[in-house]
Amino acid sequence: MSDFLLETRSISKRFGGVQALADVSFGIRRGEIFGLIGPNGAGKTSLFNVLTGLYVPDSGEVIFDGQSLKGLKPNEVAERGIARTFQNLRLFGNLSALENVMIGRHVRTHAGVFGAIFRNRATLEEEEAIERRAHELLKYVGIERRANTLAKNLSYGDQRRLEIARALATDPKLLALDEPAAGMNATETAALRGLMEAIRSDGITILLIEHDVKLVMGLCDRVAVLDYGQKIAEDTPDKVQRDPKVIEAYLGGAIA
Amino acid sequence: MKTKGNFMGIPGPAWLGVALVAAALLVLPYVAGMAGTAWVRILNFAILYVFLALGLNIVVGFAGLLDLGYIAFYAVGAYLYALLASPHFDIHWPFWAILPLGAALACVFGVLLGAPTLKLRGDYLAIVTLGFGEIIRIFLNNLNAPINVTNGAQGITLIDPLSVGEFKFSTTSTLFGLTITGPQKYYYFLVVVAVLVVILNLRLQNSRIGRAWEAIREDETAARAIGINTRNVKLLAFAMGASFGGIAGGMFSAMQGFVSPESFSLLESIMVLSMVVLGGMGHIPGVILGAVLLTFLPEVLRYGVEPAQRFLFGRSVIDPESLRMLIFGLALVLVMRFRPAGLWPSRLRKRELTTEVTP
Repeated sequence: MSDFLLETRSISKRFGGVQALADVSFGIRRGEIFGLIGPNGAGKTSLFNVLTGLYVPDSGEVIFDGQSLKGLKPNEVAERGIARTFQNLRLFGNLSALENVMIGRHVRTHAGVFGAIFRNRATLEEEEAIERRAHELLKYVGIERRANTLAKNLSYGDQRRLEIARALATDPKLLALDEPAAGMNATETAALRGLMEAIRSDGITILLIEHDVKLVMGLCDRVAVLDYGQKIAEDTPDKVQRDPKVIEAYLGGAIA
Repeated sequence: MKTKGNFMGIPGPAWLGVALVAAALLVLPYVAGMAGTAWVRILNFAILYVFLALGLNIVVGFAGLLDLGYIAFYAVGAYLYALLASPHFDIHWPFWAILPLGAALACVFGVLLGAPTLKLRGDYLAIVTLGFGEIIRIFLNNLNAPINVTNGAQGITLIDPLSVGEFKFSTTSTLFGLTITGPQKYYYFLVVVAVLVVILNLRLQNSRIGRAWEAIREDETAARAIGINTRNVKLLAFAMGASFGGIAGGMFSAMQGFVSPESFSLLESIMVLSMVVLGGMGHIPGVILGAVLLTFLPEVLRYGVEPAQRFLFGRSVIDPESLRMLIFGLALVLVMRFRPAGLWPSRLRKRELTTEVTP
C-alpha cells in the first residue's frame, strides 16, 4: 500500500446526464511516471480536477501520501504536495516569467502584511530565497533568459515550460501535467521529454495526461487507460499496447 | 535586485530626483497660497484622494476585484473621527488615537464586505459593493433615531481640528518668523502621511502578499491550484484597501470640521475608481497621477471656464457649471480612448524592453 504515492478509490463524477467518471481506481507509485490516456472526452481532465480538488467527486476518495484528500480545497491539495499544469495554460499573463515562478513559492513561504511593511530580516531573507529559487527553476526548465519577459509574450513552448517551473516552485511530491506536449513540434516534445526525465530523477513523481501516444509509451513506467469515464486498463506500456480492449477503444490499428 | 547597492529600493542617482520632488513638495503650499487659500485646500484634497485611490488600487488594481462602494470606508473613518472628536457626544479624543482606530474599523468593514462576496467576480461583485456603499450612506442618513448617533442628514459639525498640545492645525500661526495658514499646516501633515502611505503600498506590492494579489487578478483558478488561499488573500486586500480609506476619512473630518452623508455618495466612489483606472490600474505612480489630475482638473475648469469664455466670446455663452462637467467627461473619454491602460501604466511593459540577464 505504502509504495503508492497517490491512490484513487472508486471515484465517480457525474455532470447532469454525463457520467464523466465511473468507479475509477488506480495507484501511482512513488518515483514513477504514470501516464493517463484515453480518447477525447474519456474523463482524463475531469479526473485531474478531482485529484487537485477543483471538483468534488460524487463518491470515492483520493488517498495521497497516506492521507485522504476528501474535502480539501485546491490550495490545500497544493499544500499537501500535488502541483499541476493546465491543458489550456493558465499563466499570470501580465506578470513576468520570474514573478510567475516566485508566486509558485507562495505556499512554501510565510511573510505576511507585517513582514511586507517592515521588511524585517526574516522577510528579506525569505524574499531573497524566493527569488534565488525562482531563477534556479527558470534555469532548470531552460528559460532563464526570459526571466523578465511577460508570461503572455513568451512563445508557446516557453509558456509550457514556465507553467512547469511554477508548479515545481511549490515543492510538489506529485507533478500532474495535463497534456504538456499539446501543440509542440517534435524538437520541443523531445526537450520536454528530457525535462520530465530530469524531474523524475530528482525524486518527483509525475502524472502525465497526454494525447501523444508515442511520448506516453516511451516515457511512462505505467499507463492507465480511460474510456467513457471507466478505467479499461492499467499496466506497463507494452502490456497496455497489446491489451485488446485498449486497442479496440482507443489505439485502433495505429500501434498494434 | 531590489535591495542591493541602494536604499529602500531606490538606486543612487534617483536620490537626486527624490530630493527635487521633496523640495517641490515643500514649497508647493506657498506657491499655491499665492493663488489663494482655496488652492491649498484643493491641494490637500488631492492628497486625500491619493490615499483613497491607493487604497482602492489594492482592491481593484492589485487583486482585480471591482469595488464600487469604496467610499463607504472613507465614510466609516470620517464618521468615527467626527463622533469621537466633536461636541456631538462631547467626546474629544486626540487624533493620533482616532486615526488608527478609524483604519482598524474600516478594516473590519472591509472584511464584512469581503466575506459575503468572496465567490463573486466582475459585474456581480461590482453590484454587491455598490449596494454596500449605499447601505452605509443610508445608514448614516437615518441613524438619528431612536438614538441620535449620526445626526442624520444634518451631519456632525464643530469637529475638532488636528492639534498637538496647544498647536492647532486649523489656525494661522507664525513659526520661526514664517506665517503658516491652517490649510498649509494640514498640507505638511498630509504629505508626511502620504509618503508613508506610498512606501507602504510599494512594499506591499513587492511582497509575497502583493504577488498573491496579482496572481488572483490574473487567474484565480491557477492561483488556487498553486496553493494560494484565495479566500484569505482576497479578504486581506479588502481589509488593507479599506483601512487606507478609513485613515483618509478621519483626516477629511478633521480638515473640514464637518461631515454629512452627502459627501459619501456613489459619485465619489466612481470618482475614486476613475482615478485608479485613468491613472493606470495596479501602478502606484500612475494611480497617484490619476488622483492628482482628477482632483485638479474640475477645479481648474471651475476657475478657468468662465474667464476663458469671456475672453473668447466677450460673454458667458454656456453655463460654466455644465461646461465644466462636459469638458471633464470629454477628457475622461479621450484618455480612455487613446490610453486604455491608463495615463501611466505598469512598469512591466517597460521592463520588457530592458531585459537583464542574470548569470
